[in-house]
Amino acid sequence: MTKRVFFFIALSLSLLLGAVSAQASEGGGELMSAHVSLKDKASLQRGARLYFNYCSGCHSLHFMRYSRMAEDLGLTEKEVMNNLNFTGAKFQGHAIAAMPEADAAKWFGKAPPDLSLKVAEKGSDYVYSYLNSFYLDPERPVGWNNTVFPNASMPNPLWELQGLQVAEKGKAADGSEIVTGLKLEQPGRMSPEQFHAATRDLTAFLTYVSEPAALKRESMGIWVLLYLAAFTFLAYLLKHEYWKDVH
Amino acid sequence: MAGAIARWFNERAPGLAPMYRKHMTEYYAPKNFNVMYYFGSLAMLVLVNQILTGIFLAMFYKPSALEVFPGTSEAFASVYYIMRDVDWGWLIRYMHTTGASMFFVVVYLHMFRGLMYGSYKKPRELVWILGMLIFLVLMAEAFMGYVLPWGNMSFWGAKVIISLFGAIPVVGETLVHWIMGDFSPADATLNRFFSLHVVALPIVLLLLVVLHLAALHEVGSNNPDGVEIKKKKNEKGIPLDGIPFHPYYTVKDLFGVGMFLLICAFIIFFAPGMGGWFLEHDNFVPANHLVTPAAIKPVWYFTPFYAILRMIPFKLPGVLTMFGAIILLFLTPWIDRGQVKSIRYRGTGYKIALALFAVSFISLGLVGAEVTAEAIPMIFGANADITSIENLFGRFWVLVYFGFFVFLWVYTYFGLEKTKPVPERVTTHD
Repeated sequence: MTKRVFFFIALSLSLLLGAVSAQASEGGGELMSAHVSLKDKASLQRGARLYFNYCSGCHSLHFMRYSRMAEDLGLTEKEVMNNLNFTGAKFQGHAIAAMPEADAAKWFGKAPPDLSLKVAEKGSDYVYSYLNSFYLDPERPVGWNNTVFPNASMPNPLWELQGLQVAEKGKAADGSEIVTGLKLEQPGRMSPEQFHAATRDLTAFLTYVSEPAALKRESMGIWVLLYLAAFTFLAYLLKHEYWKDVH
Repeated sequence: MAGAIARWFNERAPGLAPMYRKHMTEYYAPKNFNVMYYFGSLAMLVLVNQILTGIFLAMFYKPSALEVFPGTSEAFASVYYIMRDVDWGWLIRYMHTTGASMFFVVVYLHMFRGLMYGSYKKPRELVWILGMLIFLVLMAEAFMGYVLPWGNMSFWGAKVIISLFGAIPVVGETLVHWIMGDFSPADATLNRFFSLHVVALPIVLLLLVVLHLAALHEVGSNNPDGVEIKKKKNEKGIPLDGIPFHPYYTVKDLFGVGMFLLICAFIIFFAPGMGGWFLEHDNFVPANHLVTPAAIKPVWYFTPFYAILRMIPFKLPGVLTMFGAIILLFLTPWIDRGQVKSIRYRGTGYKIALALFAVSFISLGLVGAEVTAEAIPMIFGANADITSIENLFGRFWVLVYFGFFVFLWVYTYFGLEKTKPVPERVTTHD
């Protein structure tokens, strides 16, 4: 009996450890690390430019106002309206896709999802990996497939930057054909390193979009913690003083 | 001036000052409280936080499942309006979401403290029962609050939890539709949950907290030695081991509040989602009755009970077992026949049993949170049969959970426990 109990306690602990490491490499460990930094404003600005040039035609950011973005990324109203807003929306308006939803649903089978909270939902590593994992697949309706999200109906919007990737196929344990890797068949305008950097910027921008408050949350948090530490120290001294006469 | 004001009140409401004295300056608490005794006052602090932040959230939140743009409800959009457009809205909401989880952290520790030191035993059975009622109402309150953002996990969580009532024979199905006000969680459900979450349940909760404290102050606090301090009084009738709650425990709790707020602030400002434990990833997706999340699982604080439900093969027995897990806690004062309160002087059997009970609660939590389902392939290889390993593991801990209560009764009813002598007076203090 005791042995059994110990076995299950050991199993519990190992499952707990497993859980912690699973949490650390969320998504199964297959993903590339995005390493985005919200403190790098230039990266966020470059990401915004990529987003509005390559993504905003089809995807909306229903919860992101141009004006808020300008304020947070250090851009002027003029810069945003001339270089990033291609839909004629108001500066205070939300970044809604140019493509009407009904048409989008007709063309792709399903309207492209809103990206306001994509990183909050999937994590930045997922988005970064997804952007890097498109490959040509003549069997798909639009000619593209993706290893991170198999059979996605989205074509690679960044193909002219990345170039064209094709799948390297192998056999799975059960004999079925699986994609084992991706190969760049025809280079694009960017080198692989440049493309990684560009998709990292784009991911950083979408990370910011999923939680604009994150920009000030941490810098403010330091002061709150310092204040609370001082408060707690004073409370400790007060307690110590009062409790001197407890015998 | 202050004296004049006090006199003014005293002439008009002579009962106020004695009441203040009874509950603060002349409420004598044992002087040996340890760190486990912070969680009661911390639970009150969190309750106040939830009410205050909730008032502000309710000013901007809209309980409406109507679509404002394709696929997104007004409720969901209003939550992100709070997060983005309302000044300090993000902070208020993170205080509320973090508060919800921390509420359960402190309440679980508070309850465990009760089990450790026998705080549920005579004469404090009523205090324990009222506390358990608070726990039940808190679970309902948290569940309904979780539904309000109308994310996809809100929707599917509501669907699964409400459908549990469908397990009741004959009236189950009708009851489910009556609770939802529709055939699936919908606008009507969202509206009534909002009403219950912000009006009905908080009122019940506050009333129960008042009764919990009133019942406690009638019998006096227990302590880590499990000694009744009222048995030894001085010539003025003051317990020898008692100290006035105010100022001694108010200043001590102030220090506890500081430590607790440091932890909370760290979460709020640096990890508000706690890696998906406090804010689940699937709830960043608007409610969609056509798309089921990959894994429907409740927030962490419900996972032990959810695991019990899942580990029992049939629906009605599963629901009954899950509620049984809570009912047994209600009955603990009568299941445990032991006279010795504190774990310090109880038999080794009780110490091991309580430790295993705690491990079972955490292990079941891991099963309910799908952590085991993720960890099993990593430990046993990719081809491992997740369901049977998880069932073996989970059912073992269900047995341990219920076994605790069986053991406790047998152990104490048949006098198998070898206790140590309990001291006359408390043994330690700060």
